[in-house]
Amino acid sequence: MLLLLTFGSTLAATEVHERRLNNGLKILVKPDHRAPILTSQVWYRIGSSYEYGGITGVSHLLEHMMFQGTEHLAPGEFSRIIAENGGEENAFTGRDYTAYYQNLANDRLEVAFELEAERMRHLKLSEPEFLKELEVVKEERRMRTEDDPHALTYERFSAVAYDASPYRHPVIGWPGDLEQLSLDDLRNWYRLWYAPNNATLVVAGDVEPESVFALAEKHFGPLAAEDIRPPKAQLEPEPLGEKRLRLKIPAKEPYLLMGYKTPALATAKAPWEPYALEMLSYILDGGDSARLARELVRGHQIAASVSADYSAFERLPGLFLFEGVPAKGQTAETLEAALREQVARLQSVPVDPLELERVRNQVIAAKVFERDSLFYQAMQIGLLETIGLDWRLADTYVDRLAEVTPEQIQAVARTYLTPERLTVAILDPQPLGSKAQAALSSHQGGSTHVR
Amino acid sequence: MCVERQSDRIERAIRTLSAWLAGTLLFTSPLLTQAMPEIQTWNTENGTRVLFVAAPEIPMVDVHLVFAAGSARDGGRSGLAALTAAMLSEGAGDWGADAIADRLDGVGAVLSTDVDRDMATVALRTLTRQPAFDTAIDTFATLIARPTFAPEALERVRQNRLVALRQEDESPRRVAQKALYRAVFGTHPYAADPSGTPESVADLRREELIAFHARHYVGSNAVLAIVGALDRAGAETLANRLVGGLPRGEPAAPLPEVPPLAEATLTAIDFPSSQTTVLAGQPGMRRGDPDYFALYVGNHILGGSGLISILMDEIREKRGLSYSTYSAFLPLAQPGPFLMSLQTRNDQAEQARSVMIDTLKRFIERGPTEAELMAAKKNITGGFPLKIASNSNIVQYLAVIGFYGLPLDYLERFRERIESVTVEQIRDAFARRLHPERLAIVMVGAPATGALGDAGAAQVSLARGTP
Repeated sequence: MLLLLTFGSTLAATEVHERRLNNGLKILVKPDHRAPILTSQVWYRIGSSYEYGGITGVSHLLEHMMFQGTEHLAPGEFSRIIAENGGEENAFTGRDYTAYYQNLANDRLEVAFELEAERMRHLKLSEPEFLKELEVVKEERRMRTEDDPHALTYERFSAVAYDASPYRHPVIGWPGDLEQLSLDDLRNWYRLWYAPNNATLVVAGDVEPESVFALAEKHFGPLAAEDIRPPKAQLEPEPLGEKRLRLKIPAKEPYLLMGYKTPALATAKAPWEPYALEMLSYILDGGDSARLARELVRGHQIAASVSADYSAFERLPGLFLFEGVPAKGQTAETLEAALREQVARLQSVPVDPLELERVRNQVIAAKVFERDSLFYQAMQIGLLETIGLDWRLADTYVDRLAEVTPEQIQAVARTYLTPERLTVAILDPQPLGSKAQAALSSHQGGSTHVR
Repeated sequence: MCVERQSDRIERAIRTLSAWLAGTLLFTSPLLTQAMPEIQTWNTENGTRVLFVAAPEIPMVDVHLVFAAGSARDGGRSGLAALTAAMLSEGAGDWGADAIADRLDGVGAVLSTDVDRDMATVALRTLTRQPAFDTAIDTFATLIARPTFAPEALERVRQNRLVALRQEDESPRRVAQKALYRAVFGTHPYAADPSGTPESVADLRREELIAFHARHYVGSNAVLAIVGALDRAGAETLANRLVGGLPRGEPAAPLPEVPPLAEATLTAIDFPSSQTTVLAGQPGMRRGDPDYFALYVGNHILGGSGLISILMDEIREKRGLSYSTYSAFLPLAQPGPFLMSLQTRNDQAEQARSVMIDTLKRFIERGPTEAELMAAKKNITGGFPLKIASNSNIVQYLAVIGFYGLPLDYLERFRERIESVTVEQIRDAFARRLHPERLAIVMVGAPATGALGDAGAAQVSLARGTP
């Protein structure tokens, strides 16, 4: 690729240093001496796609419990210690991973290691903390899903789009499952998955790899490995036809979601296919110059907002997604027809090389901009390792995309963006009742003194 | 290009808080070895103040151009400032929206506009290599100086913003936030949400946008923050290329004072949600306020430090009432709001509100303990290196320092100012500045007595339409 040669110095990958402890913990260190800080991240190979029916949400609830006390730490003490060391910390749970992180000044790494090692094997899981945290998670579910029309639509859409895949379950869990989760469920889950040989430790920042390895050996080395049995594959059966659902939810505007079943990197027939799908998503939605913004928002004015999304880096086969809100005078159905037309054009007409060139320039620039975020660089490494891929894919990503040809984009559009692989969900807005009307408002002279 | 699919990943982070406060907090360092960003400053010939920090490591540049052209300048035409900024990339000079998008995307540059109550910000991120650099810079300069406000593009953007406004009405938290600002600021320009109302946005005329731009997008009403792989000479050249096409014009007039609340108010809004959003607030403090550091550190302890704050402890950790709760001072040119927030199951709303207000009252009465203050100082000063680690951090700080006229040594002196705050100063500042008997309270949700989704059981309302 002539184009990429000119970027040699710009895109020079910084080195990542690897080490594996005897108990199986994999450590990846990415030195970056731009600022005297570091990010330390522990990635566990556990998430909602490891869960089975009846206990959905257990991985996320366990993530909450990881802050609620260990053998040597009182509930909340973990967070207080990190805070006193000037750290930022949090955790997130996805379908394929549960990750914990601390961002700290570069001389505080040992604080993070000591605490993470403690909760990797010595979590307390007490009943009162569990009952309280369960209420917090139910509030979180209300906030994120129940009271957000688009999130609620996406949840029900996923449950229909997938037949057998555990991706059909929401990360936060079904309400009925949250009602029946027990402390025993969490204890079992913790024992099964929280172990050094089921984790990846990523450190990026102003650090020396050898001293990171030594500290890791000191704190994580003594921890016992666990017999990890990966979950049974729950492969999607061959799709037999389009699926549709209409959801009646209180809202003001309709909303459309479309998803075509697509392979992930590990399951694709050919290794270039997922990269061709990524390129296809950029052709449609890589900024304001891309087709969806140019033709559906500006040109034909069918969409008020619209986007396309696909990710090659997932553990299991997922979806090529479209979502959008129709413009004034349009409907979810006319927006759907316009998106299907976009798909048909990709199948019948090869993409213009100039469009490809523009996307290449965007991803090259984005790769440079990424270097401004230490956290994001570490996150890419942790994510790839946790879904069973090589962290080096983050470095070769731009090259793989640049190799994609117009014919390959046309080929994946024909293979995967077909009606029988499609699920369509439409949010059919219901009246919000008499909300948005002040019952007691200072502006109506009806002020109330609050005590 | 990511579709935001919250359901695919759940973070414990309180996103709303970090989004609201991003770039508005300034921290300082515990480490004497910590290199401070060296801020260089000068004025362009047409009166724009420039703040520049060299960051040679990555071949890129970040630019934030900030005008005193936020929604407080709407002059009763709510949404005018926001619509003006949104139109910049829809046509400028000889280019239409397609050509502008092609130019920027073609070189991988990222341009965005943002409008809050004080500021209109035009941000650009580009590679320093050619032709990316020249293309991005020339496009930016043309957008801010010669937007065309093409009538057909304006109608499209207007209609899509009306759709977006209706979507905002689907969110109990957004409805509550808008209602709280109205309750706290009354007739002050800060009362209105920058996005405007359906009625006001529908009514805005093209001539108003052209006039707003001509008045406010001028050299002497702007601050330019630059961070990137340039030297001083390169930054001066860049600044002239970016803003040289603007007339000098006049700085915006000072905003009116914010009156204190005369009495407590309660605004209850019926909403068919499973949770009630509870907000409480009153006028807080301004940028450069004499009480800034006492209030900032005090609030950090009360509700500004995430999982370890007193508010989080009382409401989430002890009682499991809410996933997210916080308090914040949001300083503006004039006093911005002090606010407190939570959301809880409808039937717990009264209880949660009581705990929230009682927690505030107790904190005002007793102040923080020495141990709490010590922990907060360690957190704030120890976390400073993280706050200035990236170019995007630094460029936001430069914009705030420049726009609000904070001293250039603000970052360097911040640590000693944090360290010098005492328990007594915090108690005194909170007692003088906050008045829990005069809070504006907003509750958006389904009344606990009514059945969910049963509009028939809704309270009789005193007003029709959006309050």
